[in-house]
Amino acid sequence: MRVAIASGKGGTGKTTLAVCLAHALGERRERVTYVDCDVEEPNGHIFLKPTFDEGAPVELLVPSDHVEGCTACGRCTEFCEFNAIVNVRDTVIVFPDLCHGCGGCILVCPERAIVEKAHGVGVIERGRVDGIDVVRGTLTVGRPLAVPVVRAARAAAPDGGITVIDAPPGTACPAVEAMRGADRVILVTEPTPFGLHDLDLAARTVRELGLESSVVVNRCDVGDAKVRDYARRMGIPVVGEIPHDRAIAEAYARGDPPCRVSRAFHDTVARLADKITNGGGGDPA
Amino acid sequence: VKELVVISGKGGTGKTSVIAAFAALAGESVLVDCDVDAADLHLILDPADSRPRVFIGGKVASIDRDACTGCGRCAEACRFEAIVLHDPHGNGGARYAVDPMACEGCGVCSFVCPAGAVSLNEETSGEWTISETRFGPLVHARLLPARGNSGKLVTLIRGAARALANGRHASLVLADGPPGIGCPVIASLSGADAVLIVTEPSLSGLHDLERVTELARGFRMTPAVCINKWDLAPDVTETLAAWCGNEDVPVVGRIPYDRAVTDAQVRGVSVIEHGEGPAASAVRDVWERVGAVLGLETEGEE
Repeated sequence: MRVAIASGKGGTGKTTLAVCLAHALGERRERVTYVDCDVEEPNGHIFLKPTFDEGAPVELLVPSDHVEGCTACGRCTEFCEFNAIVNVRDTVIVFPDLCHGCGGCILVCPERAIVEKAHGVGVIERGRVDGIDVVRGTLTVGRPLAVPVVRAARAAAPDGGITVIDAPPGTACPAVEAMRGADRVILVTEPTPFGLHDLDLAARTVRELGLESSVVVNRCDVGDAKVRDYARRMGIPVVGEIPHDRAIAEAYARGDPPCRVSRAFHDTVARLADKITNGGGGDPA
Repeated sequence: VKELVVISGKGGTGKTSVIAAFAALAGESVLVDCDVDAADLHLILDPADSRPRVFIGGKVASIDRDACTGCGRCAEACRFEAIVLHDPHGNGGARYAVDPMACEGCGVCSFVCPAGAVSLNEETSGEWTISETRFGPLVHARLLPARGNSGKLVTLIRGAARALANGRHASLVLADGPPGIGCPVIASLSGADAVLIVTEPSLSGLHDLERVTELARGFRMTPAVCINKWDLAPDVTETLAAWCGNEDVPVVGRIPYDRAVTDAQVRGVSVIEHGEGPAASAVRDVWERVGAVLGLETEGEE
């Protein structure tokens, strides 16, 4: 069972919900893995505080600049959809940060002049804390492509047990990659115009992926009632509402899981954990 | 023309509320919303209707089911897990299909297919618009759900904003950046004149501030930092300020937590228009100092 915690808007509480859900599932003696797929700005470790004892680089196979036998025929340049390889006089220059690692240039080179080399784009770390397996994907600063790191983080989770995926904000490729293969998606939002607008985008994205979503409304007593109306109209179940609470904000600031200081947060997560452990794969959480 | 980009690393720190307030304070500027997959600035700026233009982000493969012989070479060659078995028990054998969500449009499948069954087609990935607002023109975009190539769209709309500013003799472009440090953020920073990071006092905020500062420095830019909701955790605010001090990153202001910010958003106005209050007054100070520290002209109607 894979549960993705996502949102359109950033800063709505994805990470704290994901972390507390992982704790709640761990307390129910489930085999649980928390995967931080917000690889541009991973924060789950701040709350979980695991010891990472394993790490592996995420590498993309990109063409090497070292091309022996290149006749500068230009086929690789023409084939590359990402402008990652260009002809300069009698050779080619590679821009590894533009390369998606498709391997096309190698396939089309009639001289077999292109060889691949590993280009580090990030790192996957594994650790453990309080019975929770923790996987963290981190994009190397300056590298533009988050998707390969998200993919590697997702792949690092075991098949069995329950996997809680902490997705990045937005609706673009990194968020989509994080949600792929999930059994259910929980969208965290807040009842403001920005929250509503981005919830709508996220819910559409989830639908395009062929998945169903449910919603947790964080800071449910600020803003207005439009998020609730929207969820009702769209038939998206609201599975939790957490009031604004200074104690939650303070715990968050210190890096403590808010389920330890807020009854509302704790109960919301407990209900979700019960649904996930009892409900099977059927209706969305 | 000078361009100020507001980014945050961490999402939800208040970038858009800050930039909307800057728009109100700047008088005439050109605004651009670079958070193309979750753009919110238009909710405050209330742009007039205008004709959207199509954005072609890239290509996507598709397999002609009738021409596919089921040999599977495309699936072997694809490095993005984008080729799926479509009809494994079909009468004529297996057939393959493309998962458009996973396809990166590289064309490898099309190249290796011996039956010529794969075509590569340009894909509409979103749209973008130039609209008039009460604070000047806004260039904004909308990436379709689950489409990629947001960096290319950001580059496109920033170029349009700069051209617009030149044409109208506006001296300032205000850009609302995306969260994170990936391709749309890199596309937002490249060639910008000044960068302001809006952060919040939490260990997550600090962690993300460190990463996004490193990214900005990679572009040889020194960002200025503004700490939003600083009084929610005064001790962490001090930690943030100390980190900035050590790193020679100027802190241009602290904005207190103020429900007026949310109230303004609900009303669809900037916090400046909402009326005087602790946050509005702090944002005014930030605006003054951003101009001074980053070398921008910030003389508007104020």
